[in-house]
Amino acid sequence: MNFEYTEEQQQLADSLRKFLTNEYDFEARKKIVASDAGASDAVWATLAEMGLTALALPEADGGFGGGAVDLMAAMEACGEALVVEPLLDVVGLAARLVARAGSAEQRAALLPGVADGSVRLAFAYLELGRRYELDAQSTRARVAGDGWVLDGEKVVVVGAPSARTLVVSARTHKGTSLFLVDRDAPGVALNPYRTVDGQRAADVRFTGVVLGAGALLGPDGGALPIVEEAVDFATALLCADAIGTMKSANDATLEYLKTRKQFGVNIGSFQALQHRMVDMYVVCEQARSMAILAAARVDAGGDATERKRAVSAAKIKIADAARQVSQESVQLHGGMGMTEELKVSHSFRRLTTIAQRFGDADHHLERYAALG
Amino acid sequence: MDLSYSPEELAFRDEVRGWLAANLPKDIRDKVVGYQHLSRDDYIRWHKILAAKGWSVPHWPAEWGGTGWDVTRRYIFNEEFGLAGAPALPAFGPNMCASVLLRFGTPAQKERFLPRIRDGEDFWVQGYSEPGSGSDLASLKTRAERRGDHYLVNGQKIWTTLGQYGDWIFCLVRTDPTLAKKQEGISFLLIDMKTPGITVRPLILMDGGHEVNEVFFDDVKVPAENLVFEENKGWTVAKYLLGHERLGSGNVGASKRELKALRAIAARETKNGRPLIEDPRFRDRLTRVEIELQALELTAMRMLDHMRRSGQPPGADASMLKLKGSEITQSITELMMQALGPLAQPFAGVAGGSVDPFDSRLSPRYFNNRKTTIYAGSNEIQRNIIAKMTLGL
Repeated sequence: MNFEYTEEQQQLADSLRKFLTNEYDFEARKKIVASDAGASDAVWATLAEMGLTALALPEADGGFGGGAVDLMAAMEACGEALVVEPLLDVVGLAARLVARAGSAEQRAALLPGVADGSVRLAFAYLELGRRYELDAQSTRARVAGDGWVLDGEKVVVVGAPSARTLVVSARTHKGTSLFLVDRDAPGVALNPYRTVDGQRAADVRFTGVVLGAGALLGPDGGALPIVEEAVDFATALLCADAIGTMKSANDATLEYLKTRKQFGVNIGSFQALQHRMVDMYVVCEQARSMAILAAARVDAGGDATERKRAVSAAKIKIADAARQVSQESVQLHGGMGMTEELKVSHSFRRLTTIAQRFGDADHHLERYAALG
Repeated sequence: MDLSYSPEELAFRDEVRGWLAANLPKDIRDKVVGYQHLSRDDYIRWHKILAAKGWSVPHWPAEWGGTGWDVTRRYIFNEEFGLAGAPALPAFGPNMCASVLLRFGTPAQKERFLPRIRDGEDFWVQGYSEPGSGSDLASLKTRAERRGDHYLVNGQKIWTTLGQYGDWIFCLVRTDPTLAKKQEGISFLLIDMKTPGITVRPLILMDGGHEVNEVFFDDVKVPAENLVFEENKGWTVAKYLLGHERLGSGNVGASKRELKALRAIAARETKNGRPLIEDPRFRDRLTRVEIELQALELTAMRMLDHMRRSGQPPGADASMLKLKGSEITQSITELMMQALGPLAQPFAGVAGGSVDPFDSRLSPRYFNNRKTTIYAGSNEIQRNIIAKMTLGL
């Protein structure tokens, strides 16, 4: 039994935390979110320098061969600072698909760039009106010559505006398949926007996009298990991010209870508030236990059922906890918690999206039950 | 990260599991698993079986009969009891009174009481709460006046669990009512329950069971040598002991076993011709409890790992285990009762009906389990402790 981070994992998180404390405080983040790109290239370069973009990639592709547990402490630190750069989407989702499904050429073309920070990817998989379903339906790829033609639309592709290449799920006559599509290819149209938690995403329309044979990533049809694995991996990272975000909300709230005075005393002396604060703390600890479980299980590989069970269990707990912590942190801050001026309103929005990303609690309750 | 026990710990777990399978009397197990109250004889019989194996007081120092197990092994031991349906020995003697004697007792007191506690010769109970002193324990009024070589005790205790089985009771009593601070003037007394002037009156709980009592003291003479630690310094002892009372494990093992029973009930009961467990509304409630339990088990293991590394006791973190463990226990029995639908109505002990006798004990069990968030420091008190000790509020 060992629930401690290794020295390396802890050191990475410590240096990241130090960087974020110095360079990514609340004001700095606000500027980044308000900028045209909505994400900082300089910050991304630093994340890459620290090895965060390379950590979970195979060594053969310029990475360090790490896993979710290796990234966990760093993701927590990102959560604490509400980092908007799409580390999770690039590393946890899109690059993982390339690493797992890609040919040697495809990996060589993209992954060393991901590792050194020069290439960003995004995974386009959600379709309008289909909630969390991972198979492709309305986005279709048909054979044309020795290549493909892609048509359809994907929604809420987080990180798409800054991505060079998109990994797109599409239905061929054999089923759900993955394709590598240049973001600037003819027929690819992005409608970019800001998400409620300050990230950049886009709805992406594909109109007669001509792709070469080399665009197919992994098998023609049968990509669903690969997608499920990557989304589970990303979900485990999101859970770690959530722990950091909840910790930030809890820390801010506790500090507020100790300093805000009403009726001549700190409001933290009121038992009605103390007990709610305790419940926020306890639920965060329970959620942390489940986040650890999810990360350990996705790293263990092997049995997909065990992986899904652990990730769904974790996501249910994290979704419930995120809702509780976000709502209570605002309530305990009173009116100030509602304003953009305090960080808790931003962690509120972040936790709101976390609760619903990659499946909300209801979705995972259903998946968990279906595993038997 | 490594979320599993070491091979040595797993071997230990298997040893305990195997021993319990071979040595736990079936009738006692059936009572535990079937939600029936145990008799005094059941407790003593089980205690003596454990004592013969050398496992009645694992956490004690080796010189008094402890096993020398580390915190992880003690945790595994307790969890295996829960999983197997083995009753935990009542904590009042082996855990509580013994902890106090080991820390504060004179050599003579240790010699006199500890071996008998270890071997199950004396059944100890706890005299703490009073009608006017629950969570505010330090306001207690039971009076002990020093009269030469003895104390004269007058007053009343309440919620004395298994008091009807007790040979001895350890009590907090007020030896000096004149001191300004209510925590001062309290003393810790050991009282033989056969002493004239003691009356035990049952308090029947809403499950119909006799588990707790009122104990009345009417001019009870207690030898002065039965005072533990200094006179008027009993609060120091009480605080030490309250720490021990919270060192439970969250009852993960027992809850796992009960969750399995709940699943079986929900698989057997039907709704619209389908097993109840397939009903999304019921199933989701069950899943959430299952996940809470899984989280609690991992949280407990994280604490064990931390304790092992730091060598520190769990402190206020133990309150978290109590909070979650009690809530989970309650949720499971509530769902069991709910799974029965209209069949939850027959009261336990109704003979000759169509409802299974076990099923008829599920509502009473649900009633009984409401105690878990009230006893051993109510969950509100646990939140006070976390607020103060962990959060600094």
